[in-house]
Amino acid sequence: MNIFDMTIHELHTALKGKQLSSVEATKAMLERIEAVEPRVGSFITVTPEQALAAAAAADQRIARGECHPLTGIPLAIKDIFLTEGIRTTCGSRILDNFIPPYSATSWEKLRDLGAVLLGKLNQDEFAMGSSNESSAYGSTRNPWDTTRIPGGSSGGSAAAVAARQAIATLGTDTGGSIRQPASHCGCVGLKPTYGRVSRYGVIAYASSLDQVGPLTRDVADCAVMLEAIAGHDPKDSTSVDMPVPGYSAGIANGVKGLKIGLPKEYFIAGLDPDVQKAMDAAIATYRSLGAEFVDISLPHTDYAVATYYLVATAEASSNLARYDGVRFGHRAEADGLLDMYTRSRSEGFGAEVKRRIMLGTYALSSGYYDAYYVKAQKVRTLIMNDFITAFASVDVMLTPVAPTPAFKIGEKVNDPLQMYLSDIFTIPVNLAGTCALSLPAGFSASGLPIGLQLIGKPFGEETILRAGHAFEQATGWHTTKATI
Amino acid sequence: MSITVADVEYVARLARLDLTTGEKELFAGQMDAIFGYVEKLKELDTTGIVPTSHAVPMENAFREDAVQPSIGPEKALANAPGRSGTFYTVPKVIE
Repeated sequence: MNIFDMTIHELHTALKGKQLSSVEATKAMLERIEAVEPRVGSFITVTPEQALAAAAAADQRIARGECHPLTGIPLAIKDIFLTEGIRTTCGSRILDNFIPPYSATSWEKLRDLGAVLLGKLNQDEFAMGSSNESSAYGSTRNPWDTTRIPGGSSGGSAAAVAARQAIATLGTDTGGSIRQPASHCGCVGLKPTYGRVSRYGVIAYASSLDQVGPLTRDVADCAVMLEAIAGHDPKDSTSVDMPVPGYSAGIANGVKGLKIGLPKEYFIAGLDPDVQKAMDAAIATYRSLGAEFVDISLPHTDYAVATYYLVATAEASSNLARYDGVRFGHRAEADGLLDMYTRSRSEGFGAEVKRRIMLGTYALSSGYYDAYYVKAQKVRTLIMNDFITAFASVDVMLTPVAPTPAFKIGEKVNDPLQMYLSDIFTIPVNLAGTCALSLPAGFSASGLPIGLQLIGKPFGEETILRAGHAFEQATGWHTTKATI
Repeated sequence: MSITVADVEYVARLARLDLTTGEKELFAGQMDAIFGYVEKLKELDTTGIVPTSHAVPMENAFREDAVQPSIGPEKALANAPGRSGTFYTVPKVIE
């Protein structure tokens, strides 16, 4: 078996049993990155020296008998996570030269367990996009078909797992940015409940929706990663002070008697026939495993995209006000202070970021605040209430992740509204603040991965991981690899 | 509704963005389409509905008012585009 094909738990067994060292594993990953990176473009920055040094340190820990499931495992993280001393761009020219003075809590937790950082992954600029085409560092390509998008905004995080350039990765999800690329690239992706993982040191897009989560080869790896990064952080006052369960422990307990809801608004006429077929097959699989299905309704689903593009852009316009050329990032030559702000921002931001700042500024501007922003916050309440009502009668919900498999690079780039509508099944989860898992559920006729979404109750990650694991073991879809 | 180039110019000023003529025209059309789509929220009666700003209900997060280590001026200024001693420098504000 190739080292780069391994899961976290397989590599951990090899490291613990001394069949392999972390330095050997890290070298194998760096070679793999070099071999496939020209075709995929998953990375913005590769950090070979730091990686090898961290691997050597991990080998010493393992020799001392300290071998946590993540010790010595080569990972990569989205370039939205601050990494002390390592350039962090967030996919933007405005941060092209930015070297953070501190690290994100989620990455620090992995690093402290001895995980090895291979580099920083490509993404849509400031996590604004569904295709990775808004990155200032070039589009990432889908390892299953390099003429197609990998999804976004954590497109590099999904492509790197699918192209086996990292054993696992971290991404962020504001409206589907972990789940949609995981679905398009045939890997497992988890958006935890809002507040489950610290956002400290994660460059902010829409603060009430952003959440950190793992992208992995299987559900067991996803559980290991979540267990490592979850928990209260005094540096993020919105992180929730609740005990972190052992997510791996109950993963194999099966789905007998599990009540799965099928929200009728997610099985619409316009759904791609291959996606519909994969969902039908998944339902049949769960039935055979002893789960029960319940027809449910989330009546305000059709209003979620409109709500999201008001709430998220309003928060973004405020969050991105900090890029003004004063303290860090790009500073333009200018005549006077106001001119410096304006020129620095206009030169540094790409088109999609400017568009969303404009949308958010308009929605918050005098005379429109109540009509747009407050109205959207009220509809957000209705969408949350839909989930609360439906979860009274079911344990999890099963839906598609995306209405179609990965689309072609360039296909939707000139029509932002069509691009936004591709997130229709993922956005409601962020608005409701709950958790959801995307996992491989088969392929289209042309061989493109199709993802299944399991939506859990708030802090119900254990249940969706258990349900995901049961499906994966029954079908084996996650073991098919992209030929790249 | 109809978003004009003049509206775009007004919003761009608020957002501290300097757009080209091409960008202004493009954004006017795209913002018009997006805000046209967003109009559908008006179909819903939200009388008496409390707005949600955060999905997880939370009280204030208090902590001890104790001095903690901080990154200090050197690290804080390491990315400064312009500095003088322990200060950021910017173009002249007052003539």
